[in-house]
Amino acid sequence: MAFYRSHVLVCVDPECLAKGAHEVVDALQDEFIAQGLNDEIQVLETSRIGGCDNGPEMMVYPEGVHYVGMTPDDIPYLVEEHFLKGRVVERFREIIKPIVDEELGALRPKEVRVVLRNCGQIDPNNIEDYLATDGYQALGRVLFEMTPEGVIDEVLKSGLRGRGGAGFPAAKKWAITREVPDNPKYMICNADEGDPGAFMNRRVLEGDPHSVIEGMLIGGYAVGASYGYIYCRAEYPVAVETLNIAITQAREFGFLGKNILGTHFSFDLEVRVGAGAFVCGEETALIASIMGMRGEPHPRPPFPSVKGVWDKPSNNNNVETYSNVPQIIMNGAAWYAKMGTEKSKGTKTFAVGGNVVKPGLIEVPMGITLREIIFDVAGGIKEGRKFKAVQTGGPMGGCLTEQHLDLPLDYEALSKAGSMMGSGGLVVMDEASCMVDIARFFMDFTQAESCGKCTPCRVGTRRILELLQKICDGKGEDGDLEKLEDLCFEVSRNSLCGLGQGAPVPVISTLRNFRAEYEAHIYEKRCPAKVCKQLISMAIQPSCTGCMVCARNCPVEAIRGERRQVHHIDENTCIRCGICVQVCNFNAIAVES
Amino acid sequence: MIAPTIERDVSAIVQEAIEKHGAKRDALIPILSEINHALGYIPAEAFQEVRKQLNAEQEHVYVSKSQLFGLASFYDMLSTNPRGRHVIKFCENAPCHVVGGKAVWDSLCEALDLNNGETSADKKWTLVTTSCLGLCSVSPVVLIDDDLYGNVNPDQIDEILERYE
Repeated sequence: MAFYRSHVLVCVDPECLAKGAHEVVDALQDEFIAQGLNDEIQVLETSRIGGCDNGPEMMVYPEGVHYVGMTPDDIPYLVEEHFLKGRVVERFREIIKPIVDEELGALRPKEVRVVLRNCGQIDPNNIEDYLATDGYQALGRVLFEMTPEGVIDEVLKSGLRGRGGAGFPAAKKWAITREVPDNPKYMICNADEGDPGAFMNRRVLEGDPHSVIEGMLIGGYAVGASYGYIYCRAEYPVAVETLNIAITQAREFGFLGKNILGTHFSFDLEVRVGAGAFVCGEETALIASIMGMRGEPHPRPPFPSVKGVWDKPSNNNNVETYSNVPQIIMNGAAWYAKMGTEKSKGTKTFAVGGNVVKPGLIEVPMGITLREIIFDVAGGIKEGRKFKAVQTGGPMGGCLTEQHLDLPLDYEALSKAGSMMGSGGLVVMDEASCMVDIARFFMDFTQAESCGKCTPCRVGTRRILELLQKICDGKGEDGDLEKLEDLCFEVSRNSLCGLGQGAPVPVISTLRNFRAEYEAHIYEKRCPAKVCKQLISMAIQPSCTGCMVCARNCPVEAIRGERRQVHHIDENTCIRCGICVQVCNFNAIAVES
Repeated sequence: MIAPTIERDVSAIVQEAIEKHGAKRDALIPILSEINHALGYIPAEAFQEVRKQLNAEQEHVYVSKSQLFGLASFYDMLSTNPRGRHVIKFCENAPCHVVGGKAVWDSLCEALDLNNGETSADKKWTLVTTSCLGLCSVSPVVLIDDDLYGNVNPDQIDEILERYE
């Protein structure tokens, strides 16, 4: 084995990669070769190092110096100073704090971490780190001290409900699968987290994969299953790799395979990777995809619990649900049931995005209000603007308003308000968002992702989208809103699976909560939020200094005017791209509706 | 991506993919993904080849060419059309949209003179939108081949594109 005097660890997790970590690695390697140091210093790629928002980041050992925020251009200087002259470059130095995850950050006010407790705290690629945090102890307890019925009973008492969004009690599903007199039985983990803006499951898979594996093992023991599939979307390459490493290590340590921990229980797992189809998050479509077919849903019943993969009983839960299980076993059902509301127990992870000060991943107890999440946990609305709406539950969830902000967050309260828990995406919108445009946007998504098998969803979503587009284009007519409502009703009632049934929800909820905005588009030909291009115009105000910056930047040369004279925009040529508004240094261009 | 412009023996690539994932009905998606990754897309002769090799190896796993094409046309990540040397995937989802994704997309379309799904005449670029990559904390996000760019703004597009041969 070669001996190196120094090791440089560069973080290559998705965020750092997005900030150019690979370029930094390449530049380091080139520079070490150029300086003849490549036999003395080794460059290694690693996962998250520390609590910095300024990636790319790297750690130099044995000195333990943590550098952040360097670009490939800085590398020659850094190599010369640090590795040739032995001087720490203070400019890039980050004083290392206790390991805190970049996406997660330190625990925020009102947060309680159960599912995310290990994320960023342990090395996901080392099973010993998981073992050191009491990992696989719950499995031991289950195998040696509990009957399968006892496990189901304990999870039932905890009140754990499906975190994929529907909220079906996890233990009830297990009991149904257990009672089907057919073998073998399968465990499925739905890791096809396709909802735009939702990345909670990705973080759990990348940060604490063994908690999911342990949850599946415990579920497998309770259900009487001997094999499991984790269906992960192909958009998450790092999660797939982390899972495969975790499964291999779990096998080496005897937690997966034959006669686990010397008992009669045998269980093994494999990861199945999708190929880009949103509908595969629907359980029957997911099962079709596992079997190598087009991911098209089929009618239920029979439910997968009765007839799933290879027509055998298959228990399907999502990543977060499984990840909760080991902790429920370790700490007891009563501990878990203490958190939350009467019918929704425990915690829920959310990915908060959109116009908030501190977007990112959070985990909060059920029963917390949306107001607390948006203003206390996520820091409120960006740039002091006003809150307008929050969309919960992903592309098939509803847009809620100010009046819903004080609802306690649980499955029932959200569906009563016209939205849903969903997998946990929260998109917060400020007053600059046009709700018709947002509805059109989500419809565009579901329309494109409709698999095409059933007519209401295939044709209906397209018709709804066309109507919304027409309204955004300023061509809406009297009667369009009623037509929209009818269509939405029919599509949600008659579609085969959750995708079509949920697709109209953003439209229905915005129609209910922001009807005046639709009406302004149709009857006044006006977009109150000044977003819809066909309904706005740009006008130069008298405060224009005639600097000509806007005229130079206009892509269609619609702006005319002499130097030091107030300029003018030709409305017929203008494409309303908004570049002039961005480049004007004097705020002299107004968007009018 | 392994240079798709270099003529590679389709039959050898198919054989490799089948050996890696097994001659099973439920391995079809990984097999096709592997071929797609190696060639940049799945040409018609690859379907033929998969069918031939699978059916020869495992007689009870009969797959037809139409089944294979059905899979390739269903899943977004599998392409049946030749793609450019570099595939640019733009995340067009809500979290990217509300933080200025549209301007980045417009600037990409303009810089490349391409619309969604199109490949440039010189076969250098293919521009497509992608489903959410889950990197919403650094949105807007652009993925070029396997390189991720986060917090992208329209002014950076030219500089990013220049990095590719």
